[in-house]
This record gives sequence, structure tokens and C-alpha cells, in this order.
Amino acid sequence: MSKELIRLRNIRMAFDDEVVLNDLNLYINDKEFLTLLGPSGCGKTTTLRIIGGFTTPVSGDVLFNGVRINDVPPYRRQINTVFQKYALFPHMNVFENVAFGLRLKKIPDPADPTGKRMVKLSEAEISSRVMEMLETVSLKGFESRKPDALSGGQQQRVAIARALVNRPKVLLLDEPLAALDLRLRKDMQNELKRIQQATGITFIYVTHDQEEALSMSDTVVVMDKGRIQQIGRPEDIYNEPKNAFVADFIGESNILDGVMLSDYHVRFFGRVFDCVDKGFAPNESVDVVIRPEDIDIVPQAQGHLVGTVTSITFKGLNYDIIVEFKGFKWLIQTTDYHPVGAVIGIRLNPEDIHIMHKSEYSGMFGDYSSYSAEYDELTEDAGDEEE
Amino acid sequence: MKQANRVITVLIFVFLYIPMAVLVVASFNTGKDITEFEGFTFQQYARLFQDGDLLELLRNSLIVSVLASAAATVFGTVAAVGIHNLNPRLRKTAMTLTNIPMTNPDIVTGVSLSLLFVFVGARLLGQRNSLTFWTLLIAHITFNLPYVILNVMPKLKQMDASLTDAAMDLGCTPVQAFFRVTLYEIMPGIVSGAIMAFTMSLDDFVISYFVSGLDFVTLPVEIYSYTKKPLQPKIYAMFTLLFLLILALMIAMNLIQIYGDKKKTQSRSAGV
Amino acid sequence: MKKNNAVLLSAPYLAWMVAFTLIPLGVVAYYALTDPSSGAFSLGNLANLGMYLPVLWQSIVYSLVSACICLILGYPVAYFIAHCGPFAQKFLYMLVMLPMCMSFLLRTLAWVGLLQDTGIINSLLGKIGIGPLTLIRTPGAVVLGMVYNYLPYMILPLYATIVKIDRRLIEAAEDLGCNGVQVFLRVVLPLSVPGILSGMTMVFVPSVSTFYISQKLGGTDTVLIGDVIERQFKQGNNPNLGAALSLVLMLLVLVCTSILNRFGGDQEEGGVVV
Repeated sequence: MSKELIRLRNIRMAFDDEVVLNDLNLYINDKEFLTLLGPSGCGKTTTLRIIGGFTTPVSGDVLFNGVRINDVPPYRRQINTVFQKYALFPHMNVFENVAFGLRLKKIPDPADPTGKRMVKLSEAEISSRVMEMLETVSLKGFESRKPDALSGGQQQRVAIARALVNRPKVLLLDEPLAALDLRLRKDMQNELKRIQQATGITFIYVTHDQEEALSMSDTVVVMDKGRIQQIGRPEDIYNEPKNAFVADFIGESNILDGVMLSDYHVRFFGRVFDCVDKGFAPNESVDVVIRPEDIDIVPQAQGHLVGTVTSITFKGLNYDIIVEFKGFKWLIQTTDYHPVGAVIGIRLNPEDIHIMHKSEYSGMFGDYSSYSAEYDELTEDAGDEEE
Repeated sequence: MKQANRVITVLIFVFLYIPMAVLVVASFNTGKDITEFEGFTFQQYARLFQDGDLLELLRNSLIVSVLASAAATVFGTVAAVGIHNLNPRLRKTAMTLTNIPMTNPDIVTGVSLSLLFVFVGARLLGQRNSLTFWTLLIAHITFNLPYVILNVMPKLKQMDASLTDAAMDLGCTPVQAFFRVTLYEIMPGIVSGAIMAFTMSLDDFVISYFVSGLDFVTLPVEIYSYTKKPLQPKIYAMFTLLFLLILALMIAMNLIQIYGDKKKTQSRSAGV
Repeated sequence: MKKNNAVLLSAPYLAWMVAFTLIPLGVVAYYALTDPSSGAFSLGNLANLGMYLPVLWQSIVYSLVSACICLILGYPVAYFIAHCGPFAQKFLYMLVMLPMCMSFLLRTLAWVGLLQDTGIINSLLGKIGIGPLTLIRTPGAVVLGMVYNYLPYMILPLYATIVKIDRRLIEAAEDLGCNGVQVFLRVVLPLSVPGILSGMTMVFVPSVSTFYISQKLGGTDTVLIGDVIERQFKQGNNPNLGAALSLVLMLLVLVCTSILNRFGGDQEEGGVVV
């Protein structure tokens, strides 16, 4: 359907012998909204900086429209960036910040028939484009403000306007919403999605917020330890995580050891369950993922498994309950109240059971035995800043 | 406690300013002796401008300090940008080198440069007068450079590194990015470095004393030689005028700064 | 690519500094190790250094005493300025800076006028029937000159450090039960150590190497190492011995400043350069 615009081929990056990106391969289509998602230090910002031209990879190729651009400096790339902390020029007002790129731009002189002579944009043209862009980001009337006299959300929009006014082919966004509060972040997510669809510019978006990634992107690239863990549509990433890392990083997951007996049949907890996965070797050891919201709570007698509730937390939409099955603790999300100590049964439908190959991440995630600790860690993560 | 501090502070300022007051009073003295006030006169001021010899020395001092501080400011700023981008090990070496003239006593710096100039001039080039205006200028640039570097480096460190990235992202070449963005960000450091370099240069005696020749003498070096010749009272007049000039400059700089701060806080409060 | 630019930009500066700070020190070492008359390699200059040990010791004592007096006098001033309103802070800071911009030679000469046997102080004392006292050409006068000239070098870094101390720390200390004196001893003073150290260095280094102050305010028994060096170059005409003495002075300062810095451990931005 849409054509390929950027390709990263066998990219390797290291700072002082520390490998940051390891044999990274990725292509990005024109007009796509692609998100690089991963925890701090996973290499997502480095990937973005390589595309922007701020860092040169140790080896590998960066292709733009099929042309190798490894050595093209940032100022000659048709790519613009929205920086993490906006990087607005403090000595210039909003208008001058937005006009910055346009003032440097040269276009073929319309008066020159050969079309070879280059001229600067006229002041009238610059002014009209800047004002138009300020209107797009609803900042009309703020032209003469200095950046330090703007709120975080307004600075954010100036940064977007400053990049977009140059009409780039690609817009790079490095955790652009990290510094905003929750409400504003939600509004800006919608705003960014709207702008992306209206302009048809390719967005490459870096974030560590999985919800943001899932709700905005056409394609999500999950990264960890300098490697791509999974690439796919948000739905696929969520429903068919490739390994324990992705399953855990995207949403909550119970991950247990299982054995794939044959196609569509998996054994765990000493019981054989029907599932929808196939293509595994007979008797292959696998990781089994069960999402907390997929589990049905039923009376004891009807359950596939029976367990005891060990804690319950009210979360607004639902309760998070921790249920112990034979010494293993699961997280289950339910709208009904089950007091601590209650014995409940659960049912698992075949489509709720996701099977993954074993990976280096097996056994590291998906156990809720120390639930409260993990919960703390998750909330801390959300406030973290990248790299 | 606070009261005691206030009393001590006042006494210390009296202590710091009494000798200068003595010099100012001496500039209006009809007699030559600083210790005895014989009568009030503007004579010394008239003589200062009539004779002109002191003014010429002052001019020499200004020439050296303006040239040296200007050269050190440009040279040092460029170097600071370079050092800032060096890898940590080289940067550390560069800063160690920068700190040598700062930690070395002036007399050692002066002696070492004078020996170098004499060694190179007399032994290698066979000159008879190896200490000239140029050796003086080189020495001043050398001890001015660290002031510029040490004032500019922190500003570079404080500066958000993504500002230059942003400038290049928007189409600036590295050189354009420097002039359009970096320069504005580090300007306070450059200005204070330049001012420091200039005042150090203007007032330097020890190093100049060792590296200047007979053909080009600065005011402090000449004042030193007055310990052998009788002191001309018109020097007190010059001191008084310089005192007023520097006082005025400092007050002006403070007022500009206060005005700037006020404007900044105003715009900030208007923002949110 | 960026790295190459960095090297390109800094290389001329580094070359300049090598040529005009490192190499001159090498030349000093060369002179120190050659015989003044024959120009041949010789340890004679170094052998003569023993003679100057008392002078060296005297210089160290005088400048340490001056640095300590500067600290005792300067700390209350710096503390007071740091706790003034913003406008008064700027104004007082300027008043401390101002003397540093004026000719230190003339200001020292003014002290001669004040301290002379027939000077201003003695004639004032004479009016109330005291004196005349011997003020000038004493060790006290030399120390006074040092304190007077270099006190601002103590006040400014102290001020810069004290003003940065977070007021909330003081409040926290009070909250935890410190009285005024304890707050000062346990919080303010330890936090001003970087300023104290850089102030001490900035007073000690010029004091220990001065020659003008001791020439004008001192007598025959207050000769300092700076005087001796100056004489070798400007009067005695034995630059080789002067070079050897300069090396000793440099090493002395290096050792003293590194001992001072050892006290405070790492201090990235303790001192301001003024």
C-alpha cells in the first residue's frame, strides 16, 4: 500500500564500548505513525537521533527514499524534530522560533528561468506561513511572547509548530509529552494524531508510555537492550506478544511455564487447555500469557482452576485481585468484589491463552507473588525520564 | 549575631577604603607629601592633563589590555567550544593546562615568560632587546585566556545541548548554529570573561614588570619605578579620576543587570 | 566528524598554552640547572637553595597568617552580604570588587603614608599624646599589607558559596532542634568549606609570592621569597638562581594548594575566578 520511506539496515551503535544498538533493522513507510516504545536505555532515543542525523552509527546504513544518508548532516535532511524538553531558543520570541527554519531556507528563484538561482523566502511568505502554523496549534496572539513566558503545553505546541512549518517529510518526536500533566497529555495525544492525519507527514514517535504508543500509532516497535523485540500493529502487539518482555511491558500479564503438547493443546498447572496457537514443536516448553482482564471468575465447582484471593485493590474501573493457585499468584481484573480469603474458580477460553516461545526474558516477568512491590515500580516507571 | 556582623562589615569596608580615601585627599593637596594636608587645590588635575606623560602611560596600559582581552575573548571562546566537545580525557588535560597560569604565582608566570622570551630572542634569534610590546601582549593574552575559558565553559555546560541540535535540525550549518543560538546562550559568560580579562590586564603589574622592555611601559610598571624616583602628586589625581570612572561603570552595570532581572520576572509572571 | 571539529577548534589554544605556559616552565628548569657563567649543566643553583630556607619559611608563615586573618575578617562580611536583600547584595559585592580594580601599588603606597613614623596614624596618635610608634618595617605591617590587598579574594568566593546554601537546610536544622550556634557550626560552616578553601588559596598564593608589599612595608628582616627572586632578575643578575627559586616557589604553591584541596575533596565550582 504505502511506500517505504526510511530503512535502517544492520545498525550498530556503541558509546565507549557500550553497545546501545545491536544489529537493528527497521523500515518506516511514508505517512505512517510509528512509535519506538521501550524502557529507559533501550536505545529508542539513539535510534531517533540516528534518523535525525545527530549521531552516526558505528556500522550499518540509513536509507532515505533508497538513498544512503549516513553522512548527510541534520541540516540537509528533510526531517525535523520535536525535542524532549522542546529546545526552544530562549532568546527569541514565539514568532522568531517558528520562523527560524524558514529564514534559513532557500528556494529556486521564481524569476530565474533556469531555476538554478536560490533565494531566501520573502518576509511576507515567512510571516504568513508562521501565522498559519500558529493558528494550527492554537497559539495565535502569542507571537511576541518569549518561551519562558509560556506554559509547558504552550511551549510544546511552539516546538511542534517550529518543526512542522518547514513541511518536513518526517517528523521525529522524542518523548514530546513526557513533561506534561496527565490531562494535557491526553489532549495533546489527540491533537498530534489529528495533525499527523491532516498533514500526512510521517511521524516517528519515541515514548516509554505503552498506553500512548497503543492509542496513537499505526505501527509500534517494542525495543529493549538495543534490540527490537517486536514490530506490529498495536492490536497485534497487545494480543500476540512475541516474548515475556513484550507481554509484560505492554499491559499486565500473567506468564507461566507450559508445554505445547500439539497444535491447539497446551498443558500448564497439570491440566491440558485448548488454545488457538499452532506451529510449535511437539512437547516444546513455552511461556503462556494470560491477560488479567480475560479471566472469567466462576463459582468453584465450574472452574478450570480454583484459588484463594490474597489481596484486592480498587482501581476505579475494576478491582485488581491477586489469586493464589497452587503457590503461584495471578493478577485478575474483575468488576465484582471478592474479599480476601474467598475461594473462587476461574475459566480460561481458548482465545484468552497466548503461547510464546521461550526467550531470554522467560521467568523474569509475569509473576505477581510480590504484587505490591511490582505495582510501585510500575507507577515509578511512568514518571521516569528517558536516557 | 547579625548586629555584630553588621559592625564588622562596616569596619572592614572602612579598612578597605581608608587608603583609597588617603589617595583621593592627596590629589587635592597643595603639598607633595601624602601625610600632610597643606591646602586645597585642583593643581594636580591641571598638571595631569598638561604634562600628558601619565596619560600616555595610561594609554599604553589601555592598548595592551584592550588588545589582549579582545584577542583572548575571541580565541578563548572558540577554544572553549572546542574543549567542551572534546572527549573527557582530552578535556581534562585541556583544563589542567588552563589552570596552570591560574594557580601559578604571578611572579613565576612572569619570570618563566621573561626567560622564554630572552632565551628565544637572545639565544636563538640573536636580538639585543628581546622584550618588546609584542612579548608584553603575548604574556597578557596568555594570562587572560584562562579567565575567558573558565567563564565560558560553565555556560556551555549549562546550555541545553539539544538547542544546537534543534538549530541544525532546522537547517543551520554548525557555524550558523553557533552564531544564531550558542553565542546568545553563552554571551553572559563571554562578557564576564572579557571584563575580568580586561581588568586583570589593565591592573597587572607583576607579569608586565618581568616581560616588558624599555620601549613600551605600562602605567603600573612605571608607578613601581616611582619607588626609586620621587612620586609625582598628579598620579593621585589620576587615581581619583580612575576611581570615579570605575565606580560609575560598576554602578551602571549593576543598574543594567537589575533592570534586566526585573524585566525577566515581569515577563515570567505574565506567562503563567 | 564532530570530534574532529572539537580538536580543530581547541588545538590552536592548546598549542598556545603549551608554548606559553609549559615550555616557559621548561626554560625555567633549564636555567635552574645551568651555571650562570659557563652555561653548563650544574646543580650549583639548587645547592645554594639551602641558604634561602629561612626566607621561604618566613614567606609561608606570613602568608598563612594573612590567609587566616582574611578568613576570620572575611567570613562575617561574606555572611552578612549573603543575607542582605538582593539590591544590597549587588551593591556590597560591588564595593568589595572595586578596590581590586584599583592600582594595588598606589593603595600600598597609601599604607606607607599611613604607617610611616611621621605618617598619618602617628600624627593622629601624637595629638592624643601617644607615640610615635614603630608601625612600618615590621612583620605586622607586611601582614597588614597582605590582608588589605587580598581580603577581597577571600570575601568573594566565601560569599558565592554562602549565598548558594539552601535556606531550607537551615530551617530543617532548626526544625530538628539546632539552636543558632549549632545551625552555624553543623550546617552553614561545613557547607562553606569549598569557599573557605578557595579563599585561602586565593589569598595564600599571591601573598607567598609578593615582593612589592614586603619591599614597601617591610624592613630588612622581613624579606620574602618573592623579594629574593625579583632581586635575582632585576638587580642581582643571577637569573639562574632566580629560576631555581621560582621552581621552588611553584612547587611550594602546588603542594600547599593540593593539601588545601585534599581537605575539601572534589570541588567542582567552589571558587569563583575574579
